[in-house]
Amino acid sequence: MQLESMYQEIILDHYRYPHHKGLREPFDAEVHHVNPTCGDEVTLRVTVKDAGGEPAVADVSYDALGCSISQASVSVLTDLLIGKPVAEAMEISGKFLELMHSRDAAEPDEDALGDAVVFAGVAKYPARIKCALLGWMAWKDATAQALATANGSDDDAVT
Amino acid sequence: MSLDVARLRKDFPILDRTVRGGRPLVYLDSANTSQKPRQVIETITEFYERHNANIHRATHELGEEATAAYEGARIKVARFIGTSDETEVVFTKNVSEAINLVAYSLGNATAGRLRLGEGDEVVITEMEHHSNIVPWQLLCQRTGATLRWFGVTPAGRLDLTSADELINERTKIVSLAHQSNVLGTVNPVAEIAARAHAVGALVLVDAAQSVPHGLMDVGSIGADFVGFTGHKMCGPTGIGVLWARRELLDELPPFLGGGEMIESVWMDRSTYAPPPHKFEAGTMPIAEAVGLGAAVDYLSELDLEAVRAHEQNLVGRALQALGEIAGLRILGPTEPAGRGSAVSFTLEGLHPHDVSQVLDDRGVAVRAGHHCAWPLHRAFGVQASTRASFYLYNTLDEVDALADGIRAAQKFFGVT
Repeated sequence: MQLESMYQEIILDHYRYPHHKGLREPFDAEVHHVNPTCGDEVTLRVTVKDAGGEPAVADVSYDALGCSISQASVSVLTDLLIGKPVAEAMEISGKFLELMHSRDAAEPDEDALGDAVVFAGVAKYPARIKCALLGWMAWKDATAQALATANGSDDDAVT
Repeated sequence: MSLDVARLRKDFPILDRTVRGGRPLVYLDSANTSQKPRQVIETITEFYERHNANIHRATHELGEEATAAYEGARIKVARFIGTSDETEVVFTKNVSEAINLVAYSLGNATAGRLRLGEGDEVVITEMEHHSNIVPWQLLCQRTGATLRWFGVTPAGRLDLTSADELINERTKIVSLAHQSNVLGTVNPVAEIAARAHAVGALVLVDAAQSVPHGLMDVGSIGADFVGFTGHKMCGPTGIGVLWARRELLDELPPFLGGGEMIESVWMDRSTYAPPPHKFEAGTMPIAEAVGLGAAVDYLSELDLEAVRAHEQNLVGRALQALGEIAGLRILGPTEPAGRGSAVSFTLEGLHPHDVSQVLDDRGVAVRAGHHCAWPLHRAFGVQASTRASFYLYNTLDEVDALADGIRAAQKFFGVT
């Protein structure tokens, strides 16, 4: 059966027992993203902190409604990105995006992607790629907003 | 006479193929788009190989043949929906364009009974496909008219308790589905149309889900406009139909301007061709229209009473088999009476995408999501559903394959 190549045990585990789920305070930015083809949605909050002069991901909290792939994907994201410098987190998210658009042809970067490599099987199913990317797109959007707000307040401080 | 489904399936080459590494295809997504019989495919091929030319303007033999084929398709479609006047049949891209045509043309009316403005009302229903919601929202935004709608009961029927208040002397047009693409519900169109006409309102019927089953007689349904699409009725994509009463087509301003829809053009003004060509600007999907004509021929040669009996049989078996599955909730009528052959459902603890993925792995093709009816899903308090839809070529064994697949999905995700 080909199903197991998509629904790897790690994905099913994250789906049944999602990590870092729930919306937490305080936060720097909150976004709400929807997959218009199926109605899946995620509300995601990002907190950034200053770590030795560069921004880092302090927390990612979320509330999501959706299929196993979208739920597991955002759960894996929180494991991977919380605590990382934002620049490195952005790089990981870029690699994840690349993996999802690889149609299973790329050799995933296991060091960077960790558990997220199991989503390589999802990349074979074009209709499900958006499910896997829902949380990641929301995170990118929220982080960009959080950084813009942070930069905005720095500017204010200067003037 | 019963339908010889085994013989009929041989007309549909795609039903022979396997999917996902050797599984026989069980195609239960015909409400999305139907499969095409060889007769339609061959007609389109023959058109391109033997008769291709532009229509109504080429002064050569091929042009004559192409025009005859295109206009011949219009006559076939007219007869299929019960009108002897083929000038009431306007070809469009699909049913969305048919509805938009009416909504935009109404918006273009500057005077008379077709003009909409503040204080006027447009009435739709909560069970509509987005294509019968958004054009009306846009029309109301352009004209200042107010959009109102019928709600849906928990049993999946239109809530008609406030019909007399909803459809009133301010109502300009009522637009509703003949048959819900999600619930399968067949709406009491004639009854609602009578109420609408009593207050001087027009009625548009989205018949995308009913015409494919041979369920349209424009003479008795009571509508002023009927829209449907070719690809759900054994025809190709890219061709749809707007039927309207001739005097309305005469009265309505044009929608798209361009070649072939004109009578005369000056630099500062134009006059228009008579209907239906007034609404067919530019080069139309000619081969697609000819293909739709072949689809209508195909359906007309079947015993449509037997087709309906067969489809009722399929949906009856599906409602029963699905009803026996723990945690499964059918959205819409749970009895075959007064419903068509689309069955949407949710499963406790399982997302529709995951259900459809397991089904797909077994070769069973269904649709998962909100089926372009997001407000309806909200009314039912669900985010999405899985939909199986049956057509003339489906079998009782395929219904059983669906039920088995649903149980397999529950097992795979450990929710039983």
